[in-house]
Amino acid sequence: MEWLQQLINGISIGSIYALIALGYTMVYGIIKLINFAHGDVFMIGAFVGFYGLTHWHIGFIPSLLVAMIICSILGVLIERLAYKRLRNATRIAALITAIGVSLLIEYTTIFIRGAQPEAYPSDAIFSKTFTVFGTQITSETIVILATTIILMLLLQFIVHKTKIGKAMRAVSHDMEAAKLMGINVDNTISATFAIGSALAGAAGVIFGVYYTKIDPLMGIIPGVKAFIAAVLGGIGSIPGAMTGGMLLGVVETIVSAVGFSTWRDAAAFVILILILIFKPAGIFGKNTREKV
Amino acid sequence: MRISKTFWIYTILALIGYAVVQMLITNGQLDMYYANLLITIAINIILAVSLHLVIGITGQFSIGHAGFLAIGAYVSAICTMHFHLPFIVALAIGAIAAAIGGLIVGIPTLRLRGDYLAIATLGFAEIIRITFLNIDYVGGAAGMQIIQQTNWTYAFFGMFVTIVVISNFTNSRHGRACISVREDEIAADSMGINVTYYKVLAFAIGSLFAGLAGGLFSHNFFIIQPAQFNFLKSFDILIYVVLGGLGSLTGSIVAAVLLTVISLYLQDFPETRMIIYSLVLIVVMLYRPAGLMGTKELPDLFKRKKGGKVHE
Repeated sequence: MEWLQQLINGISIGSIYALIALGYTMVYGIIKLINFAHGDVFMIGAFVGFYGLTHWHIGFIPSLLVAMIICSILGVLIERLAYKRLRNATRIAALITAIGVSLLIEYTTIFIRGAQPEAYPSDAIFSKTFTVFGTQITSETIVILATTIILMLLLQFIVHKTKIGKAMRAVSHDMEAAKLMGINVDNTISATFAIGSALAGAAGVIFGVYYTKIDPLMGIIPGVKAFIAAVLGGIGSIPGAMTGGMLLGVVETIVSAVGFSTWRDAAAFVILILILIFKPAGIFGKNTREKV
Repeated sequence: MRISKTFWIYTILALIGYAVVQMLITNGQLDMYYANLLITIAINIILAVSLHLVIGITGQFSIGHAGFLAIGAYVSAICTMHFHLPFIVALAIGAIAAAIGGLIVGIPTLRLRGDYLAIATLGFAEIIRITFLNIDYVGGAAGMQIIQQTNWTYAFFGMFVTIVVISNFTNSRHGRACISVREDEIAADSMGINVTYYKVLAFAIGSLFAGLAGGLFSHNFFIIQPAQFNFLKSFDILIYVVLGGLGSLTGSIVAAVLLTVISLYLQDFPETRMIIYSLVLIVVMLYRPAGLMGTKELPDLFKRKKGGKVHE
């Protein structure tokens, strides 16, 4: 039953990666930009959730919603102020700007509130441990999984059944053609950032509930790992980001469980390099041929 | 002939500059604080120029330069502290080790392009850092004690050799091949240039000098820790190259000098420093995406003003 326990732990952390990875993959699918600031949107979400729970005392679900709303506003602001001008710039310029935005969010947060970490209250959600087939399942795990599944179903619904979802798919397929068909590309891109950032904000809150410790630089490592998850699943693909996140979480937990916990972060990068070399399109990605 | 003449003029000027500073240090007019500032500037110039070769000249966007800095720093520290080799030998071994690291990292990753290459180099730099973190021989997370051996002479000649080698490489046949790879990989390939070879070559030379800088860096402190080589360090080096101008050697040198001095004055306010850095980075990318100097070199600016008076 040890392995089942590890699998559940892996899926819990993997679902956090998956939620962040969705934002990366949606943004990359539309404007071909690695939004390095995405990990920091996740961090802001964790802090908003923390203040919601401890200072405003509004309970778990309202805190989650407030964090998602604030993060989506932040995401749209980042897109409008920084990335919008770079649509036709070189990839390097866009990437450097994204790194700049990421550093700006991190250090502005430290400037405003200091670098000290905060701890989520342990009574954020009712705490109970269930024993199923000899494995310990905490209520936190159930809340994480339930939140992730609900958000992913909602995302699938938005992308496949609504008008804005249709516009998003069209723009990511061919921006020029979508423009000619009367789709407002700017608004669609902003909507993508809003949805992706809201998911990152939700991931931040459930990260806080699961790991309790949050700090202003917490977004860097999960952000990079979520990007790896997106690449693993096939960047631009929504089911790919979900699978990639879960897979990465499980692999990391296994690496820790067999006694290499200090190598856990390296494992993610090794996966990234292997996938980039042997199957750069990822699990669900389509192979694209580069044209002159 | 003209090129060699300007080369000798610059060499003599540089040596005079070195001698003046060395005299001031020996006479005690420059105290430890300023001597240390000059050494730090020299190390940062080496890093900026070596990354300039990879990003500015060859156009390969690497954001993992701190990894090679770490290899140079640790390998040369092992040479001096565990094997008691002379410092200059240790520097050379550190640089060669970093170049080998660059080859090992470069051969698989340089097939990737753009964003993927950036993330892969970042990944390798992190793997290198985590490896040092897990080797008890070099002290793990607690770090490694080192006797200070870097002085102005080592730092200056390290910088001098780096600039001479990289500027000569850039102006050679190989350098022009690298520039053609930056401008258009497919066109360069169709002109018979071995694209992969030049990418890996530039990457290995860049890593070599990053390793040299690592040796100087580690022996300038009394302790080195893996945490000093995280990706913020890579970003620091990246900022020199980007601000100075992608493709401008003198631009990256000027940016390295300016930012080292600025960050020294702001060292008591690290958050402010990072906020300013990031804002400058964003604003420069939005309004001047080629960096402050573009691909122009410093002498070019004077040439335009004086109307060709420099070269009669």
